[in-house]
Amino acid sequence: MDTILEMRRITKTFSGVTALADVSLAVRRGEIHAICGENGAGKSTLMKVLSGVHPSGSYDGEILLDGSPVHFRGIRDSEARGIVIIHQELALVPYLSIAENLFLGNERRGRAGLIDWNRTNAEAADLLASVGLHENPVTPVIQLGVGKQQLVEIAKALSKKVRLLILDEPTAALNDVDSAHLLDLLRRLREQGITCIMISHKLNEITAVADSTTVIRDGRTVETLDMTSGAVTQERIIRGMVGRDLESFYPDRVSVPGAEVLRIEDWSVRHPTQDRMVVEGAALAVRAGEVVGIAGLMGAGRTELAMSVFGRSYGRDIRGRLFVHGRQTTADTVAEAIDRGIAYVTEDRKRFGLNLIDDVRRNVSAAGLGRLSRLGWVNGNEEIKVAEASRREMNIKAPSVMAQVGKLSGGNQQKVVLSKWLFTDPDVLILDEPTRGIDVGAKFEIYTIINRLVAAGKAVIVISSELPELLGMCDRIYTLAAGRITGEVPVGEATQENLMELMTKDREIVG
Amino acid sequence: MTSIKSPSTPQPTPPPPPAAALRVGTSDLGALVTNNLRQSGIYVALVVIVALFAVLTDGVSLSPGNITNIVLQYSYILVLAIGMVIVIIGGHIDLSVGSVVALTGAVSAVLVIRQGQPWWVGILAALAVGVAVGAWHGFWVAYAGIPAFIVTLAGMLLFRGLTLRVLDNVSLSPFPAEYQRVAAGFLNGLLGGQGFDAFTLLIGAVAVAGYAVSGFRTRLARIRYQQRVESFPLFVARVAVVGAVIMYFAWQLAHARGLPIVLIILAVLVLVYGLLTRRTVFGRQVYAIGGNLSAAALSGVRVRTVNFWMFVNMGFLAAVAGVIYSSRSNGAQPAAGNMFELDAIAAAFIGGAAVTGGVGTVVGAMVGGLIMAVMSNGMQLMGVDQSVQSVVKGLVLLVAVAFDVYNKRRAGTAR
Repeated sequence: MDTILEMRRITKTFSGVTALADVSLAVRRGEIHAICGENGAGKSTLMKVLSGVHPSGSYDGEILLDGSPVHFRGIRDSEARGIVIIHQELALVPYLSIAENLFLGNERRGRAGLIDWNRTNAEAADLLASVGLHENPVTPVIQLGVGKQQLVEIAKALSKKVRLLILDEPTAALNDVDSAHLLDLLRRLREQGITCIMISHKLNEITAVADSTTVIRDGRTVETLDMTSGAVTQERIIRGMVGRDLESFYPDRVSVPGAEVLRIEDWSVRHPTQDRMVVEGAALAVRAGEVVGIAGLMGAGRTELAMSVFGRSYGRDIRGRLFVHGRQTTADTVAEAIDRGIAYVTEDRKRFGLNLIDDVRRNVSAAGLGRLSRLGWVNGNEEIKVAEASRREMNIKAPSVMAQVGKLSGGNQQKVVLSKWLFTDPDVLILDEPTRGIDVGAKFEIYTIINRLVAAGKAVIVISSELPELLGMCDRIYTLAAGRITGEVPVGEATQENLMELMTKDREIVG
Repeated sequence: MTSIKSPSTPQPTPPPPPAAALRVGTSDLGALVTNNLRQSGIYVALVVIVALFAVLTDGVSLSPGNITNIVLQYSYILVLAIGMVIVIIGGHIDLSVGSVVALTGAVSAVLVIRQGQPWWVGILAALAVGVAVGAWHGFWVAYAGIPAFIVTLAGMLLFRGLTLRVLDNVSLSPFPAEYQRVAAGFLNGLLGGQGFDAFTLLIGAVAVAGYAVSGFRTRLARIRYQQRVESFPLFVARVAVVGAVIMYFAWQLAHARGLPIVLIILAVLVLVYGLLTRRTVFGRQVYAIGGNLSAAALSGVRVRTVNFWMFVNMGFLAAVAGVIYSSRSNGAQPAAGNMFELDAIAAAFIGGAAVTGGVGTVVGAMVGGLIMAVMSNGMQLMGVDQSVQSVVKGLVLLVAVAFDVYNKRRAGTAR
């Protein structure tokens, strides 16, 4: 077996927190090697070690390239040896042309050091052809879709004489057609002898293209699977990633719905700046001890509906009736909504949920400072006690409650947001995409927490793009299409197919 | 090919160490220093700068007379810095405070000097004008949604113009003796003189005792809540060092002219605003708004109200500074307070506030202001040219913020 890269016993810690513990990885020359693991398992850190982002000396262990040890002090060192990493967030300059982006920092110069535009554009055209992108090299990158931008990134890597190409979640933002195109390109690169390391969450893609798969869990190598035989299934990989089978994915729950907690009737919301209705005539209700789902495609108005109910924090011209515990009431500000026992856990925790530069403690108390204060004075010790309790109950993995929230993994950040809202002691929680961007293990924990809340008599509304999640967690599911509720299905009768049908129900047919 | 190591359901991570383990204090000085590097960095810088100028001026900079001088000369900048750091934590800026200092001083001077009103009428009027100016800014920033940079830039021009108008373009002076006492008065001789002022020492001792007692009570409370506290010897050492510094300071003042009234004002303000920012809901909300505006709004923080009061408070403190400055300069001048805003902003940033908001402390801003004050004063004592002074101050601001950025980067990036 001809090994191009070997990483031996890599250990990396960040201020006392171990990110990688003794990880080993061997990549054969000319293969597509997939790396999978949950978020926070250490995949990206491993690749940063490999590409020199974490310089030699900041980690333990050794890296062998073509059998001899290498010590990269920065990304330039690794690129000089033909290792190129393409990050999940593309690093292209939007207002520069494709050609300018391709040779950024590596400009094709002519005499007197001036840029030779003819050569630049001609070489760019060749590179684009080699990745199958038919675009004029002078086109500004901003005019390309994400899929094509991804191809530009790969072309850029090729311009650097890449031998080992590392792709971090290359298809995360791509649609199916673009993804298929990209995977084809990877196969072609493999034929040209370029080795590929691909970090991916999409197991169907891994089984489709990878020759080997290394599974990482909690900063350790779990196993390396040989995929060439075709015997390794997605279920097999998941088992390695989470250390358990998929059946137990949604924890069991006995449903005993009680009295109605929240109901809206005839709810309409106008777009804040445009003259159109985002939600129209919506009605829904949720009872204590019940999980109700809201299914809808992008732009159906799910988040808008939820935020308009939560203290009118979205939209204008909001009309409709709101009932809490059967009594008609109002929630015109967020503070009022919190007083009524409503909590809204945002879909975008970094932008709307957390103060990333502050610590766990102050984030947990942010929405419930009233409970910790008397006459405007905060009891700091009580606050720490509360945060400490949340950390324990929610199993937030942080060195202490004084740890900065921005440094936690996505799943732990989500638990901080949940803690914050649970501390307001709500009767109804609206969870908007509660498991977006968090790994399988943390998802399971979130589901367990939801079940615990429901068992304690809370009412929960879950908004999710993942239909299996709604089917696994909810008692009833409302479907939303173009701002209207198009259906209400008990989970026993719901299937992905009939939900999807309701979610795509046309406006005319409904109204 | 290894097999799966633990084929069971996910194990919860081991429970955190029992509370007893947490109660054991840390005596690790190194860890403490690293933990507080951001804050301690500026303390170290202040000590170094004080020591440097003590050497360069053959000890003149630490003489009783000069220490008194520093207090008198820079108190109004420190007062402004208190308000400024709060505004900066909230993610805004206030460029108008120099003009507001001038306007409030002018209003006071017109009432007291030109119209012969009692001194306290002048002070109350100045404070009222300051609050009104703050409400004006607060309205535009909080309710009209105009960026504070623009609003206060406009305010800078606007209130400078109004100052000229109020003063009819001429300076007014002098104030009656009572008014002058605000900035130039001392409390001394209350316990008789023995060549030094015993009263000042007594106040110093009370301050030290207060510091020790409140520190001890906080410590007890933390232990009761089973939190980590520093070890007892370290606690004693900390109190001893702070106590020694305060007593040295008091001793020097006692051998000059006694306790400046303006120092009492400043101490009260630092105490009140230190508590306001750290311990009150309002203070928390300021940090929350500066840290993440949207998240704060969605957590039920009344963002507009908080922003409004932030500027009202800034206006109030600018008026306090205006009274002190007019009292010290014994009159009102059309150009008073020029560039004060920049000194106050520099103090906040040297003291560790972040340009992006959400970070900063009142005490930090005070230390930042003192660094500027000690440097200016030291260079004046040495007879350094004005041009060089300006260059040095500029470099110190730059280096301080660069150091801060470097520290943050070294503290580790997210995985």
